[in-house]
Amino acid sequence: MTSQHWLVLAMAALLAGPAASETAPSAVTFEDGAIVASLTGTPGDAANGKKVMTTAALGNCVACHPIGAMPDVPFHGDIGPPLDGAADRWSEAKLRGLVANAKMTFDGTFMPAFYKTETYIRPGAGYSGKAPEGPLTPILSAQQVEDVVAYLLTLKD
Amino acid sequence: MQLRKHTLAATAVLGLALAGTAFADPAEDTLEVTTDDGVITLVTTAPAPDHLKDVFDTIWSGWHFRDDTTRDMQRDDFDNPSMVFVDRGLDSWNEAQGKGGESCAGCHQGPETMAGLRAVTPRVDAKTGKLMIVEDYINSCVTERMGLEPWGVTGNKMKDMLSLISLQSRGMVQNVAIDGPAAPFWEQGKEIYYTRYGQLEMSCANCHEDNYGKYIRSDHLSQGQVNGFPLYRLKDAGMVTAQQRFVGCVRDTRAETFKAGGPEFKALELYVASRGNGLSIEGVGVRH
Ligand code: HEC
Ligand code: HEC
Repeated sequence: MTSQHWLVLAMAALLAGPAASETAPSAVTFEDGAIVASLTGTPGDAANGKKVMTTAALGNCVACHPIGAMPDVPFHGDIGPPLDGAADRWSEAKLRGLVANAKMTFDGTFMPAFYKTETYIRPGAGYSGKAPEGPLTPILSAQQVEDVVAYLLTLKD
Repeated sequence: MQLRKHTLAATAVLGLALAGTAFADPAEDTLEVTTDDGVITLVTTAPAPDHLKDVFDTIWSGWHFRDDTTRDMQRDDFDNPSMVFVDRGLDSWNEAQGKGGESCAGCHQGPETMAGLRAVTPRVDAKTGKLMIVEDYINSCVTERMGLEPWGVTGNKMKDMLSLISLQSRGMVQNVAIDGPAAPFWEQGKEIYYTRYGQLEMSCANCHEDNYGKYIRSDHLSQGQVNGFPLYRLKDAGMVTAQQRFVGCVRDTRAETFKAGGPEFKALELYVASRGNGLSIEGVGVRH
């Protein structure tokens, strides 16, 4: 890639990019697996969170987790525990930490880290099978993480 | 399809109590195939090979994890869509396509002379010390003895021929060597099998060892065995080789894959095949 390309990319990133108050993936701090502060300062949108959780190219949480609160969504996987009642078991900060990087709570877990850009082995450009051309972006944006957390907080028994 | 709807309805009605239990098991079934030469019974489940004993008691062909309709398609060669490709392979086998008019048949007589090869490959070639998959043997004839450019390792000509050659070993028990000269390749394959690649940080073992029998969205996870390959995949409406399947599985972890036919995936094929030592070669199987 030429330096000109990089410049264009950098400018695009600035324009489309994180709001001033957004915490970058590498700047996130975990306390006992939890992330205390919102990643964006903008309250999460639970309806969009549900969309993120059920869209294959985004969170695809239902690939692994059964969620009884989503009877309208077909084919829930059964690899992870059911998420119903998650808000009774976990605080908002802990849920944010679980979505961003569940490995900070469950050592070596199968659950992917959705807000992380480093320490991968042969990461690809999305699902293309090819090497990425620029820096990696996290699987979910900071606001998408907040939206998912907002949805999870509705999951009370 | 019918079955899948059924399962989903059951889950919805009974709630989550079922998750991870009853419907997760591989189907109890026996694979008897009606062929031109009569009915043969394939070994689709067996005690785990010694090197896997600390992980599994029992190994299962991927056939057990597919729905009734798909399993049925493999019971009669008349219903098995792979046979179209086997027939194309036979035409190619007999065709004088070498630079000097050579054909496979000219050197090897009938394709039945290839019986057994698929069951012991990948293997280290005694002469060259190279790890060979069936595709490599095919291409060595294509280039060295027929004077042609190599066939694409996942191209149609290759897959037709691979289908024909694999079928000659159908019903033979997969038994790849893992010691002696194969040992370093086997170790390399094992290392790859347990490495968590890509942005999803998933290894083959995460899906096919830790979670086989469970559902990942609508996919019923098998042990990821290669004894069924090459196989007709309904979703792709075509033949898929083990090398292609590896590319797909690694791509699905949001990783940069290795190349089909490259050294990493050949070593991986040896390792994965060794996990299925004891199962019949099905090649040519049917999956969805
Ligand atoms: C590939 C599988 C997989 C995917 C995809 C996945 N998870 Fe998980 N998740 C797990 C597993 C496995 C656990 C159990 C932790 C452990 O013991 O390793 C878990 C645990 C959790 C927990 C704690 C469960 C509890 O209540 O005890 C929450 C909350 C959670 N996941 C939310 C999510 C959300 C939200 C998403 C999508 C944005 C998601 N997961 C995607 C596999 C997955
Ligand atoms: C995210 C989950 C996942 C990972 C990681 C994964 N696979 Fe798979 N694999 C699948 C699914 C889903 C299927 C289709 C259903 C089945 O047969 O399990 C499949 C199918 C297969 C099959 C076909 C089995 C048959 O009989 O049809 C093989 C072989 C295989 N995988 C090998 C591998 C290998 C080797 C790796 C690592 C390089 C790997 N897989 C990584 C999900 C995965």
